[in-house]
Amino acid sequence: MAFISSGYDPKSPMENRVTDIGPRKYDEFYPPVIAKNKGKWLYHEILEPGVLVHVSETGDEVYTVRVGGARLMSVMLIREICDIADKHCDGYVRWTTRNNIEFMVDSKDKVKPLIEDLESRKFDAGSYKFPVGGTGAGITNIVHTQGWIHCHTPATDASGPVKAAMDVLFDDFKDMRMPAQLRVSLACCLNMCGAVHCSDIAMLGYHRKPPMVDHEYLDKMCEIPLAIAACPTAAIKPKKVEIDGKTLNSVDVNNSRCMYCGNCYTMCPCLPLMDKEGDGVVLMVGGKVSNSRSAPKFSKVAVAFLPNTAPRWPETTDAIKKIVEVYAADARKYERLGEWAERIGWERFFEKCELEFTHHLIDDFRDPAYYTWRQTTNFKF
Amino acid sequence: MAKNKTPLLDQLESGPWPSFVSDMKQQAEARAKNENNVEYQIPVDVVDDLLGVLELSYVDGETHWKHGGIVGVFGYGGGVIGRYCDQPEMFPGVAHFHTMRVAQPGGKFYKTDYLRQLCDLWDFRGSGLTNMHGSTGDIILLGTTTPQLEEIFFELTHKMDQDLGGSGSNLRTPADCIGQARCEWACYDTQDLCYQLTIDYQDELHRPAFPYKFKFKFDGCPNCCVASIARADMAFVGTWKDDIRIDQDAVKAYVEGDVKPNGNAHAGRDWGPFDIAKEVLDLCPTECMRYENGKLEINNRECVRCMHCINVMPRALRPGVHGGLSILVGAKAPILDGAQMGSLLIPFVEVNKESGYEEIKNVIEPIWDWWMEEGKNRERLGELMKRKGFQALLEAVGVDAMPQHVSEPRHNPYIFWKEEEVPGGFEMDINAFRKRHLR
Repeated sequence: MAFISSGYDPKSPMENRVTDIGPRKYDEFYPPVIAKNKGKWLYHEILEPGVLVHVSETGDEVYTVRVGGARLMSVMLIREICDIADKHCDGYVRWTTRNNIEFMVDSKDKVKPLIEDLESRKFDAGSYKFPVGGTGAGITNIVHTQGWIHCHTPATDASGPVKAAMDVLFDDFKDMRMPAQLRVSLACCLNMCGAVHCSDIAMLGYHRKPPMVDHEYLDKMCEIPLAIAACPTAAIKPKKVEIDGKTLNSVDVNNSRCMYCGNCYTMCPCLPLMDKEGDGVVLMVGGKVSNSRSAPKFSKVAVAFLPNTAPRWPETTDAIKKIVEVYAADARKYERLGEWAERIGWERFFEKCELEFTHHLIDDFRDPAYYTWRQTTNFKF
Repeated sequence: MAKNKTPLLDQLESGPWPSFVSDMKQQAEARAKNENNVEYQIPVDVVDDLLGVLELSYVDGETHWKHGGIVGVFGYGGGVIGRYCDQPEMFPGVAHFHTMRVAQPGGKFYKTDYLRQLCDLWDFRGSGLTNMHGSTGDIILLGTTTPQLEEIFFELTHKMDQDLGGSGSNLRTPADCIGQARCEWACYDTQDLCYQLTIDYQDELHRPAFPYKFKFKFDGCPNCCVASIARADMAFVGTWKDDIRIDQDAVKAYVEGDVKPNGNAHAGRDWGPFDIAKEVLDLCPTECMRYENGKLEINNRECVRCMHCINVMPRALRPGVHGGLSILVGAKAPILDGAQMGSLLIPFVEVNKESGYEEIKNVIEPIWDWWMEEGKNRERLGELMKRKGFQALLEAVGVDAMPQHVSEPRHNPYIFWKEEEVPGGFEMDINAFRKRHLR
């Protein structure tokens, strides 16, 4: 492969340089029906799972067909999406915040051929390329992070557990039988690039072992004060070590103070903490971001640890399926998972979901912990 | 024939949900065949080797990526994430595998000619793998080599009129909801505000000058579809000041069962006939609604604009016409000190396109000044707020305290009085005191 220049000249990088131009402007990419009716929409309705109609005060309608997809996507697949958008949607398409793809058409008669086309496309090994669904009181696509495909700090994979979980939840992607929308997310470490801390159900990769210390290289590769300052629990202090008769500057980790956040590893590559037995999934439940009825809520830890059983994480997907089924059967219409758990009481939540309550689930991390202990005689037997 | 055997990943090809493994394999095969004679600028087997290293992680239960190196494009401090494999001899195709973040258009609307151009560029100069989209919202181009970074940036800016997004200690690529483009509830034009602030703050986005990352997110209404309230250092959440608009005939249609509630979102189960008392009035958090003699009344002064009634009866109820937004600040994910939700700082601000959003910038810029002055290295705004107190933030922005700022007043009397608030100040005369009180 011969190097082909774009026109960029490394000897004079500033020549013809274009910078600070930002993204393309949103309205360059609006389908005509959107451009015409922006700000004029009156109401919407879900015609069937995955199919929405929005009605404008001008009388115009836009029909949206929503399909799921992996956020890890090849240019081959994007080109196929373009082919579909060219064929049915005059060359327009959009993505949602939750990695779904939306194809929009401006009249009802275009909907059926579009759906048939989308549902007919499968990968050679059999999975759908563009399953229609993900609307209303159902389970939509899982937002997630990079995991083992591309990140240096993950405690679990992302694309794999998401695929496994969506296979298990697939019927509810295509249905709307839930009491309310149910949002599932995954973050592969507690940096939470995926912001799983406010989801109905969240899978969170977590380490459980304090970092190893690569004494021989630490002072060469890291700024020791930064590594020390990075620790939120002050578990790291400077230490001199003897290696091959040489005294080296390094650090000491107080294991009993470590909460395995990996922040030191982010600052210093000589403090790795990933480990096959140590790493796994924390299952969190009951968060929400909407202000509807009740205030937004953080997710709470329901299962302290589940192992990374690749390639399909059965312990994790089983626990999720169980929680989803109990919620679906027990919650009231409109009640989000967290609202339901609060109404019935967390003691009932654990009982109904047949989840063991262990000491790991009582908060002991700083001030907010106290506010989660029960300060009333009101409880259920 | 696949270059690397992937028996574990192969098990992720079955099942109905779209398989990323199948997609990666078709991409690997297409690169190997190269029917269009692309002069690939990075290893042809990059996708094969990515499958290989991922399979190894499935065996080992551990990642095989090293810390990011310092790579980027000239003059920018963000937009490129350096990434190197820790088994480069086993998987030379991904020895260097840097990510580029490309600023996404508002609402994530696209024209196919743009996407095809991007695909061609990424096939030619990268792995051909992307994330559509990353968690913050960018288009993620996943995997290229160092010599290609400037070339890709040159092509993006010169041929596609397209810039990179943010990474590192700077303003991250702002993200918005679909807003007024296709939603009847958006109380302001999220896409225009997002775009304008992104353009006006390009310097802050590309050149790290902050203590740590800083995120803007724009939600058109309190349903918060982009999770701004949970994820953004500054969340701009649409709201309204006047009365909820009511179409009484449509209310009646819901009550009589002619229109399905909640935009038909509950169609997957028979929940029985619609009951306006049970499904709307009783679930109103402030109990400010009543339905009598076929008429719905809302005591709008007591309404907190939670959206529930509007969500349930979208044909009958709409947000008021006097739209604007609330600004909440300090949200972040848990690391380090626990997760934080955004805290309400500005209950209502007008969204004024004509002024260039000056009223909103007048909140943003004092916050940045305060945070850059007082924030420690890698301290998020929310953490600084906790360390210095909400009052310090109010002072920095020049906002007076009001009950809307708290869910309840403080539980303790440990008030840090300012000296000027106490008559006579803090200097007291011990000798005068001793004249009144003997030792």
